[in-house]
Amino acid sequence: MSVTIYIPREATALSLGAHAVARALSDEAARRKESVQVVRTGSRGLFWLEPLVEVQTGEGRIAYGPVQAADIPSLFAAGFLKGGKHALNLGAVESIPYLKNQERLTCGRLGVIDPVSLDDYRAHGGYEGLKNALAMEPAAIVKAVTDSGLRGRGGAAFPTGIKWKTVHDAPGPQKYIVCNADEGDSGTFSDRLLMEGDPFCLIEGMTIAGLAVGATRGYIYLRCEYPHAHDTMTQAIASAYAGGYLGPDVTGSGRAFDLQLRLGAGAYICGEETSLLESLEGRRGQIRFKPPLPALKGLFGCPTVVNNVISFASVPIILQRGAQFYRDYGMGRSRGSLPIQLAGNIARGGLVERAFGVSLRELLYDYGGGTRSGRPIRAVQVGGPLGAYWPESKFDTPLDYEAFAAGGGMLGHGGIVVFDDTVDMAAQARYAMEFCAIESCGKCTPCRIGSTRGVEVIDRLVAGDRAAMQQTLLRDLCDTMLNGSLCALGGLTPYPVLSAIDYFPEDFSKAAALEAATR
Amino acid sequence: MSARKRVTIPIRIEPGSDLPAAERAAVLEAVNRNRALEGALLPILHAIQDRLGWIPPRTLPLIAYELNLSRAEVHGVVSFYHYFRQHQPGEHVIFLCRAEACQAVGAVALEAHAKRALGVEFHGTSGDGRYTLEPVYCLGNCASGPSLMIDRELHGRMTPERFDELIGATSTSAASASGSASGSAT
Ligand SMILES: Cc1cc2nc3c(=O)[nH]c(=O)nc-3n(C[C@H](O)[C@H](O)[C@H](O)COP(=O)(O)O)c2cc1C
Ligand code: SF4
Ligand code: FES
Ligand code: FES
Repeated sequence: MSVTIYIPREATALSLGAHAVARALSDEAARRKESVQVVRTGSRGLFWLEPLVEVQTGEGRIAYGPVQAADIPSLFAAGFLKGGKHALNLGAVESIPYLKNQERLTCGRLGVIDPVSLDDYRAHGGYEGLKNALAMEPAAIVKAVTDSGLRGRGGAAFPTGIKWKTVHDAPGPQKYIVCNADEGDSGTFSDRLLMEGDPFCLIEGMTIAGLAVGATRGYIYLRCEYPHAHDTMTQAIASAYAGGYLGPDVTGSGRAFDLQLRLGAGAYICGEETSLLESLEGRRGQIRFKPPLPALKGLFGCPTVVNNVISFASVPIILQRGAQFYRDYGMGRSRGSLPIQLAGNIARGGLVERAFGVSLRELLYDYGGGTRSGRPIRAVQVGGPLGAYWPESKFDTPLDYEAFAAGGGMLGHGGIVVFDDTVDMAAQARYAMEFCAIESCGKCTPCRIGSTRGVEVIDRLVAGDRAAMQQTLLRDLCDTMLNGSLCALGGLTPYPVLSAIDYFPEDFSKAAALEAATR
Repeated sequence: MSARKRVTIPIRIEPGSDLPAAERAAVLEAVNRNRALEGALLPILHAIQDRLGWIPPRTLPLIAYELNLSRAEVHGVVSFYHYFRQHQPGEHVIFLCRAEACQAVGAVALEAHAKRALGVEFHGTSGDGRYTLEPVYCLGNCASGPSLMIDRELHGRMTPERFDELIGATSTSAASASGSASGSAT
């Protein structure tokens, strides 16, 4: 009998050699005349164990990892096709503590199913949310999403149901559903993992959104830095059309929903929703003034829902299990679960989906296991390049939108970037300004000019050139950017800069200290 | 001046008629395949760059003409996006991640090494024409950095030593497999 083996086709696993492992495995099986069937999956997001190979046995799936091509002969010799003992044997995959102690509401199928198999998707609860939605009035779908408490996972945490209601209520013969898959924040990859591991879930969520607000056309705006996600999404969209889940008559309901995938072209600012719409329309990705809201005048001037990948992907389970089921998770006004991403200098990096309320400390140490370098954690940046740098004293903050805001931070898209004690926080502050200068859309002056001036001022400050004056100047500049920028790129860049200087002032006065010491 | 002086009225040539055949074909095919799309310009530019490896500035008038846009509009779009390239790249493009999560595990040192090893700054092409080095701001491989992508192939936990192996390795595999190296060893 043929043994089924699961190996990811997901980008991180590939970057660590998954293709070579799959090839070596097939070759060795052929040589030994063993009959194996290799299924290429997404990744479960336990990246320090990738490439993670799972073998289907009588006792469930047994995991081996991290596997390299050179390990394959010894794995066969150890009888891994029957779950045999081996130094890389991790036991039943579901009982690995990192995975077992998660609440995978949105990401439950990642690494489990063949991402481009509709049958697999349906066998794991796929398209049940859509089935329920098709039996509901549009307003009732909107109400379910509102009642679930779901807030946008792209960064701004705006209540998804309220956005949908605005589009539902807006008049217009043509409305659009736009998925923001630009995922530009460093330290984030949950959108990518979802698209590579469970693309039908995103398609289902967008289709439900279309039914809810009366939109018949959808676009996914995907960053071009994600070629693997592009391949998987392209295949999945084609299968969804072939299977009757997209097109003029979605599953025989008489309702239409068309979906196209579009590529960005390497501009961080195109993750901002109005800039994204400009880009989709074929123009420079410059920010639009708001109002009008995209919900009322969005793509091509039509009412448009713009949501993040994870926001849409959380909708099927809400429609499948009910709003109450989803809202029972979480704390305060942050309901449901967040796919958190542990990144940077971290021993056990990857995806941790937990209900809101888990503390930063638990994530960094219990899940993450501290730094990869083995040195102490000195700083973390949560919420992407516009997020504040936090020291150890803030690690007890619970993951909750309000708690983070109260601490002067931002949860954003849920990325946590870890730095050890070798980090130079002045260099990080400088980079924040530099990044803003590189990615500024150029529409407003505080951001376009201020960011370049910011780099210069930090350089002089660090060089100890009239340091007190430079500090005043830098704070003044940050104040101008904070209050005078049109969008959050210029408006939030001061957060990483000011937090670095406030929490780690010693890194900004090294030159001055050195001079004092040698005088 | 003599009465024999003839005044020549310059006739405006059809846009694109002076382009190298391959470029003209790439533009026309990209336009014809995508013209009906809503907001067709980005898909068209992607198609051209996929085919030619870059978007030669001399093709802009033809793109503009075909889409009934001004040259300024097309130039504005091409120059806005970091990914669209107006210089011919080397055989392979290396996208080296500069963003925070990779910085936390040594991206800055790797960047310095890569520039030294290839003898280029960002956007430059190595002397042998093999590699163009481009910065990129996150490849979504942030738990396994430093990261880089060569053409469409992603590599994680990069070190200066592995970088050297890789640029050696890609040149040999490219020579034997006529260009499209796929799958990563090690
Ligand atoms: C500079 C900037 C970059 C952004 N990048 C992204 C992004 O990459 N992905 C995303 O979903 N939202 C991003 N956003 C937020 C979007 O503007 C928008 O709020 C979001 O797509 C709405 O979807 P949601 O309500 O589901 O979060 C960005 C915002 C700003 C200001
Ligand atoms: S803050 Fe920067 S990115 Fe935002 S609109 Fe102004 S110039 Fe553009
Ligand atoms: S903005 Fe028009 S002249 Fe400066
Ligand atoms: S920061 Fe380098 S891959 Fe994300």
